Amino acid sequence: MKVLLTPRIEGFGGSRWLKPLASTRMLAGLALVFLASAAWAQAAAPAAQASVPSVLIKWAPLIFQGFLFNLLVSVGTMALGTVLGVFLGLAQVSPYAPLRRAAWAVTQFFRNAPWLVLLFYAMLILPFQIGPIALPSWLKAIIGLSLPVMGNIAEIVRGGVLSIPSGQWESAEALAFTRRQTMWLIVLPQAVKRMIPPWMNQYAILTMATTLISIVGIQDGLTMTRAALVAEARTDILVPMYLMLLMMFFIYCYPIARATLSLERRFAVKI
Amino acid sequence: MDVAQFFSWLNDAHGINFSIFYDPFDRDRFLAGLWTTVMLSVVCIIASVVIGVVGAWAQGAPSRIVRAIAQGYVQVFRNTPPLVQLAFFYFAFSSLLPTVADGFGGREPLISSFGWAVISFSLFAGAFNVEIFRSGIEAVPQSTIEAAEALGYTRLGAYVHVILPLAIRVCLPALNNNLVNLVKTTTLAYAIGVPELLYAAAQIWSEVLNVREMMNVLLVTYIALVALLVAAMNKWERSMRVPGFGR
Amino acid sequence: MTTGHKLGRPIVVIEGVEKTFGALTVLRDINMTISTGETVCIIGPSGSGKSTLLRCINALAPVTKGSIRVDGIEVADEKLDKLALRRKVGMVFQQYNLFAHKTALQNVMMAPIHVLKQDKAEVEDRARRLLAKVRLTGKEASYPGELSGGQQQRVAIARSLAMNPSVMLFDEVTAALDPETKKEVLVTIRELAAEGMTCILVTHEMGFAREVADHVYFTDGGVIVEDGPPAALLGAPQHERTRAFLDQVL
Repeated sequence: MKVLLTPRIEGFGGSRWLKPLASTRMLAGLALVFLASAAWAQAAAPAAQASVPSVLIKWAPLIFQGFLFNLLVSVGTMALGTVLGVFLGLAQVSPYAPLRRAAWAVTQFFRNAPWLVLLFYAMLILPFQIGPIALPSWLKAIIGLSLPVMGNIAEIVRGGVLSIPSGQWESAEALAFTRRQTMWLIVLPQAVKRMIPPWMNQYAILTMATTLISIVGIQDGLTMTRAALVAEARTDILVPMYLMLLMMFFIYCYPIARATLSLERRFAVKI
Repeated sequence: MDVAQFFSWLNDAHGINFSIFYDPFDRDRFLAGLWTTVMLSVVCIIASVVIGVVGAWAQGAPSRIVRAIAQGYVQVFRNTPPLVQLAFFYFAFSSLLPTVADGFGGREPLISSFGWAVISFSLFAGAFNVEIFRSGIEAVPQSTIEAAEALGYTRLGAYVHVILPLAIRVCLPALNNNLVNLVKTTTLAYAIGVPELLYAAAQIWSEVLNVREMMNVLLVTYIALVALLVAAMNKWERSMRVPGFGR
Repeated sequence: MTTGHKLGRPIVVIEGVEKTFGALTVLRDINMTISTGETVCIIGPSGSGKSTLLRCINALAPVTKGSIRVDGIEVADEKLDKLALRRKVGMVFQQYNLFAHKTALQNVMMAPIHVLKQDKAEVEDRARRLLAKVRLTGKEASYPGELSGGQQQRVAIARSLAMNPSVMLFDEVTAALDPETKKEVLVTIRELAAEGMTCILVTHEMGFAREVADHVYFTDGGVIVEDGPPAALLGAPQHERTRAFLDQVL
């Protein structure tokens, strides 16, 4: 967890505000807004109803469970998308032209198609079961979301491989390494380090995109929040409830963003 | 055989149903949805760029409070899901606003679902743009800024006439990327009932039961939209190219 | 004859070589014969095609016209067995190009193990001896990032030597080094030449050429303008262009 305690970061490449002190200030600020909204809602609430904080606490476990499901989906999707994306990315740098062009087309397709449309596609087009294996909806959602992830990872891999200086390829060739040996023994091990920050960034984006599954009928954090609001049928808790969900995502994604930036800086200094 | 005849033949003979090509009602619905998506994209692009410019300016402001607000805005909107942001604005925030008379004796919300979509997406994309413009601004050499100040430019004047033109050229690729994402993000408006392209397509396929065909049409249309945007941005980038700068 | 040993049979024969990149002709009518044990320096202004020639010898760049025969292997042949060629020819680059994620010892060991499929223990033994030969004992476990430029270049030399080549190519290997570290590398190459290795160097180091080379070629604009023993070419150049170049650098 050392990366979270990075000392002073100057202007280069990163926001000055990603210092430990600033992050505590950030969270403190957000917590203040949240509490203020709860307090204001409470003040505006008729005396006979349950207090706003108590309602929030009552529903928090359920909403948090939904949020954990979002995280579960994000992990599964990232794993699948990464594996597919690595092979697609390597195909993009293949010396075999038809493969390279096909891989480029596939990558561009999945990078430019909206995530929600691809998700719908997977949910509606994939069958309910393949042979004897049943495909539950969350699995279809994972497959659907892993497609744009695959496209983005392919680009990251391509960028990483291309960023290795040609001198490495040349000297490997002079030592009679085959292309496959050069890729797997020399280029990829060095490129992986550079690919980690954008990979982490992609994970953060994906985590936030998992909320899309609520639109196609899968129960996640957002579904739970909406359900809770419908159950309570009060307008004064609308803002605090949504803020609570936003905070859950923020507390998870903001440290990832900071770690990404700090790693980016660290890897940029060396060649 | 014209287009409409071809597609109705296709449906009758092979069961491949692209109803939007031969059925005028479906076609009109689809085109209306496409228009809404285009409108939504254009308005959000403009608004988010303005927010980005203003926000990047605010991040360099001398006042600590202004800087704090700008930074808080950026970090919150970048690290929370856009769909939850949209839901927050449409369901939660709108409940705090007054309603207006709708002319029929009832009351309607002050801002429509389209309006909230514009607000939410512009703020979301704007947050990313602030970071993009900020990195572009940081790429402008300090000596250039000093020279501008020595010539008597105010801070605002230097920003508008010297820093911004140079910064934009540096950050065009990243900006391009972000605007493409914005067009893709407009599909989220489906969730609050904005009659954009995905919504129109969903209506059609739920009635006509041609999910597969409509899905393919959707994918092709969105990719075409994005390709158009990218081509326009590339053209703009080329016309603005300064020899020897940046690369 | 400054290396003080007999020259053997021809090992690299370059005949009528021409190289074009699209419309640009980089090498024209190059003819050279290099014998075993000979040390050859190629000098000339930047852009005269010297580095390209070296790359052609090692099949890193294809030859447009002409023939290059290395110990019986025809490089310009389409069906060239690149592995066989690169077992005979080793190349060291200006930018060292060490594999940054491996230690010095691992850098030297990698190719014999993965390409030649030799036994690991044998290779390690040989690698240690090679690193000792280039005077880097004690640095086996260091990563390239921890070594100076001159040390990295010597590891690169050891790495090429590990493949047991008959000919070594050096492409301006000291150009990126400062004067002190340059010397360590040049001394290493001189020792190599003294042991009888056939060396072809593209270099700007006139002092080295004068002391160590058996033969010097001056190229300009893609052709060999003049060539001869170093004392003759560097001391009393015949051609105007050679004179002009040497006036600039000496």
